[in-house]
Amino acid sequence: MHRTGELFGHFQTLEQQRESATFGMWVFLATEVLFFGGMFLTYTINRHAYFTAFGVGSNDLDITLGTTNTLVLILSSFTMAMAVWCAQTGKKKLVPLFLVLTLVLGCAFLGIKFVEYKQKFHHHLVPGRSFDISYHVNHPAPGDDPKEIAFEKEELAKALASDPDTNSHAQLYFSLYFAMTGLHALHMVVGAGLVMWLIGASLKGRFTPHYHTPVENIGLYWHFVDIVWIYLFPLFYLIDRHR
Amino acid sequence: MPEHSEHIVSPKIYFTIFIALVIGTSLTTWAAFQNFGPFNIVIALGIATAKATLVVLFFMHARYSVGRTRLVIVCAIFWLAIMLALTLADYQTRQPRMSRLVPPAVFYRV
Repeated sequence: MHRTGELFGHFQTLEQQRESATFGMWVFLATEVLFFGGMFLTYTINRHAYFTAFGVGSNDLDITLGTTNTLVLILSSFTMAMAVWCAQTGKKKLVPLFLVLTLVLGCAFLGIKFVEYKQKFHHHLVPGRSFDISYHVNHPAPGDDPKEIAFEKEELAKALASDPDTNSHAQLYFSLYFAMTGLHALHMVVGAGLVMWLIGASLKGRFTPHYHTPVENIGLYWHFVDIVWIYLFPLFYLIDRHR
Repeated sequence: MPEHSEHIVSPKIYFTIFIALVIGTSLTTWAAFQNFGPFNIVIALGIATAKATLVVLFFMHARYSVGRTRLVIVCAIFWLAIMLALTLADYQTRQPRMSRLVPPAVFYRV
């Protein structure tokens, strides 16, 4: 393929090439909106149908880890935006620095997610044969807040009174929890891989004020994944916290 | 050299948006522990939408982008709205109790 510097032969100018690439990225993100949208729709219908069981399930999530992860992801979006700015203004040395910060924060998010998933395994909250919504309140770990455990126990008893099949319906909540946060985490893994590639290219000084489309478009992807989490956080962690 | 039509957003704006997002996160976490009755979910999703709007407008530069890009954003939201509205309308207008999603009992016997 004919190529002059960063300009491919089928484009007239770098400007046109950049605008085409960015347009393509936005179209891809539109399909992603519908991809995640279907899962949010599934969540909404089931949340409506099994209101109490979803509340019980939600209270089993660790709100401290969830809030921390939200802040980590927002900060990573900020460092990503700064990497784009550095590329646009020709601060070549700062581009890899902000990209590394973004990567570290992205990995921190995944690390915290791993700790949360592990906790769910310990609490028998992973859908399958050993799923038991009452396991944690009956076998609290030494570090657990006894007041919180007592509250959850009482809430579970109330839920069982109104919906005898709470265990199955809470299992549905956790199926959606793992599917949706898992798909989000998979997007984070892909994003981290893309940022690693960007770091390599930026260390070679490839991105200049005239050509930085990859930084900009991977930035768009990164911010989109951030937005998905902005909705996942209240829908999974915060729906039944009021006491 | 090609002329540059792209708008460069200053770090000051990025930082302001970042602070606004942190405040939004704190606000939604605080609000979750208060009971506003039926408005709990409205407040939670309202704050989330405000945060998402800030990210799209400033971090993703939609505020400064060309009409073509904005059209894609509007389309994405519109298609999502069609999917949500028509499916939820379907569930709401079925025969009584159908919206309760009667589950096949055998499915849960794992």
